[in-house]
Amino acid sequence: MDVESITEETELHDKQSELDVAPALIAVHPTHHSLVVAIGSELRVFDLQGSCCVILGDGSSGHKDSIRAVSYGANGKLFVSAGDDKLVKIWNTDTWQCIYNVSSEKRVTAVAISNDGHYVSFADKFGVVWVVELEGLHQSSAVVEKKPAPMLSHYCSIITGLEFSPDGKYIVSADRDFKIRVTAFPTKPLEGAHEIQSFCLGHTKFVSCFTFVCNQEYPQGFLVSGSGDSTVCLWEYESGTLLNTCEVGAEAGLLQSNGSEEDILPVITDLCASRDGSLVAVAVQSLPGVLLLSCNLSVKSLSIVRKITITEEAFIPTCLSTSSTSELLWLVMGVSNLKGSVSPSLARVRAISCFGQNSEPIILADSEIPGGEQLLKTLQGNLSIEKEVFSRTAEAVKIAMNNLLIKKEYNVENREYRKRGRNDKKKYK
Amino acid sequence: MLENEAYLSKTTHLPRKRFFRARAHSNPLSDSHFPVPISPSHVDYSLHYPQLVVSSDTTSSKKVEFADIGCGFGGLLISLATLFPETLMIGMELRDKVTEYVKERILALRKANPGQYQNVSVVRTNSMKYIPNYFQKAQLSKMFFLFPDPHFKEKNHRRRVISPYLLDEYAYALRVGGIIYTITDVEELGEWMNSCLAGHPMFEALTQKELEADPVVKLLSSATEEGQKVSRNGGQTFQAIYRRITPIS
Repeated sequence: MDVESITEETELHDKQSELDVAPALIAVHPTHHSLVVAIGSELRVFDLQGSCCVILGDGSSGHKDSIRAVSYGANGKLFVSAGDDKLVKIWNTDTWQCIYNVSSEKRVTAVAISNDGHYVSFADKFGVVWVVELEGLHQSSAVVEKKPAPMLSHYCSIITGLEFSPDGKYIVSADRDFKIRVTAFPTKPLEGAHEIQSFCLGHTKFVSCFTFVCNQEYPQGFLVSGSGDSTVCLWEYESGTLLNTCEVGAEAGLLQSNGSEEDILPVITDLCASRDGSLVAVAVQSLPGVLLLSCNLSVKSLSIVRKITITEEAFIPTCLSTSSTSELLWLVMGVSNLKGSVSPSLARVRAISCFGQNSEPIILADSEIPGGEQLLKTLQGNLSIEKEVFSRTAEAVKIAMNNLLIKKEYNVENREYRKRGRNDKKKYK
Repeated sequence: MLENEAYLSKTTHLPRKRFFRARAHSNPLSDSHFPVPISPSHVDYSLHYPQLVVSSDTTSSKKVEFADIGCGFGGLLISLATLFPETLMIGMELRDKVTEYVKERILALRKANPGQYQNVSVVRTNSMKYIPNYFQKAQLSKMFFLFPDPHFKEKNHRRRVISPYLLDEYAYALRVGGIIYTITDVEELGEWMNSCLAGHPMFEALTQKELEADPVVKLLSSATEEGQKVSRNGGQTFQAIYRRITPIS
């Protein structure tokens, strides 16, 4: 074995172990009944109405590997979780019983529930989007196994986001090949979704997240997407028209110097729109806190209005969520399988109040959070977190995301060297 | 490229294939290292069709209507160029050496026949991944898939250029009434392509009458290098030719 293949092998090994690192996820019930944090293979649920921890009822034994995607249905009756264990679990949010198990052939990267709650859709690492039809909220305690049907596919590209449009007419999927695809959601989705409405093309690196912004004037809404190119874009998604680009990284002064190489801009990790559609909260890879963008739908523009910094503990959120009935923005920072640490995982939950128009957002102290200490204990696991864990978490999340979504670049010499044995590279005289 | 245009034939002034030795196959799944346009509006077609497209004016100028996917050495394009002199057409090929050859071939033909072949061009790209980066919705009226890589193994079927999922993207790029032409000398692949197209709600087969009336159909086996090779060896070919329709919802 020559030196090159040895280094390649160790690189591969490092990459594998870093890939196992999964960022923490957070999801709020659409009418603020409950709050879920997913960390590693664990789902932690807190009942916001009863102010108590929820024990999950699961006939089978929960997730066995990192959870990569969670979502509530539009009416809040269903919740779905999925990830690296190739298992999609569908939960009844009244009883928190797992009612359906769906087995996937590949690891799952994104999930969505149709607005009417009849279909659950999920995307795998090969770029295929699958769908299962549900027969309502059955009450039996046994978990029903379902078989998914393939619906559409992005050609061998990891899908990073999946959502139904607010009017339910379209299913939107984003991938690491810079694409956002808007597909008409058919009346018989089990037979496939073949009619592509549009592609939203404009990002120059992977699309990491997207969401819809709507208000009373525009109930069908617009699409807002964040990307590895450090921009947030506003789209008219039915035609795929790019309306506005906000250079978030550059404008917020988040330029990072990478030694001798070029300056790199930080990746957008998550987006969350306020319920009135006037603000979009943006989580950026190197920013402790969040950026608030003002979203003016009548003139179709996005602009940075405020930088909320949470510096006392270097809190760089990995996921954001809000509900349609409160003005609370929930944030989580966390990671599973943190190497070389006493605590194998970290989850830190924060909340920002007055997330909406014409109000001054306030970062809530732990004692002011609804549910208080009880909530934090349930979702974080413990109350006090060492400071040094935060910086290591931020680093681990960044490396894992880059390894997953950024294509490996070889310089010209390296590339030629790898092709040395090819017939078409031999010289002819 | 070689200096002094030594790769050009002394008699015809066309490039000679032996200077463009290429591999027969290329992996469509591998990450691409060539530049890809961000969106169709980012492609500068004035570089491809300097006499027919003016770069400053993107809205009113002509758009590409024919796409030959996996154009190989460009035989079909060259025949189509004179058959449809008013239509812009482009070949898409993943192998860089082959693309290089087609580029030189077009340039040589333009030089030898002033005013002709101005409507053909070629790009190096992976059309299984980047069709939406080149064409707007309903921009194309014809798409060609001639003698594609058969990928016999079942585990490699997802590398086939005609597949149920990719047909969704081709249906997006084709206008209603546009035609998709496929041909192969591999019976198994012929059946596969036919069944994919027949099973897709946005395509319907052309009738025998329509096939006979279409001048392009005859070119599928006669104009391409692969087609000529097959007929030289007395082989059989299998066609599947379908029209893009509005799906019944």
